[in-house]
Amino acid sequence: MALDNLFNIAGSALNAQTARMNATASNLANAGAVAASDKDAFRAKRTVFKTIMQEIGSTPSSNTGGVKVSGISDDPKPIARMSDPGNPSADKDGYVYLSNVNEMTEMVEMMAAARSYQNNVEVVNTARQLMMRTLDIIKS
Amino acid sequence: MNMIDNAFSVHEKALGVRSQRMELLSRNIANADTPNYKAQDIDFKQVLKDTRDSALQTTHSNHLTQGAESTTNGVQYRVPFNVAFDGNTVELPVEQAKFGQYAAEYQTTLSILESRISGIRKALRGD
Repeated sequence: MALDNLFNIAGSALNAQTARMNATASNLANAGAVAASDKDAFRAKRTVFKTIMQEIGSTPSSNTGGVKVSGISDDPKPIARMSDPGNPSADKDGYVYLSNVNEMTEMVEMMAAARSYQNNVEVVNTARQLMMRTLDIIKS
Repeated sequence: MNMIDNAFSVHEKALGVRSQRMELLSRNIANADTPNYKAQDIDFKQVLKDTRDSALQTTHSNHLTQGAESTTNGVQYRVPFNVAFDGNTVELPVEQAKFGQYAAEYQTTLSILESRISGIRKALRGD
């Protein structure tokens, strides 16, 4: 029955959006982190989504068409450095390397993820109602 | 048993197509943020037309009848108003509106089936 696939598809999306929210929370938490070199500086993490496809020759699984996190990429924005000789993690020239997290972008990302999450919760709710009504047919 | 077979007529098939359509929409909503995902939908009218047309016409009582089954599954890509930068064609407001509409249509088909079933029950009980 196709209706119970709805739960798995929406469930996979809830999972993916939670991963996205986690990444955002981690970015915000590390916004003020400084490092001793450009290489070690914190870079904002972004989740990359991918559709769950049916593999050729296999039977479709119940969450075919859902979504999964295919990977996490670093934000390519350049790292800024700041002169702060008193900082214990400053390099030999007295510079610390800041993270490339933009708080505004993260807040927007957080809201977008929350909205997508809500959408999928609504899908689950509707699917549940329709399923219940379908079951009620035997009572009529 | 002909009466019971005919009682549900097209609505039994319709329920299947409608639930399939709900699944497609939930896929669209789940993939609202997936790069390069293309939104899909079922052309209900086309499926119904195919179902009707693919049945063999009988003009003689000796002609064989063939069960009507749609040849295509009617799934098509949605034409978006705007395409996102990442190639995604899901437009959430459109999907939300359609989802509400299809949920209502599903319930309509359910109601029709319910009333048919209760009609048959009444006839069988005979009271």
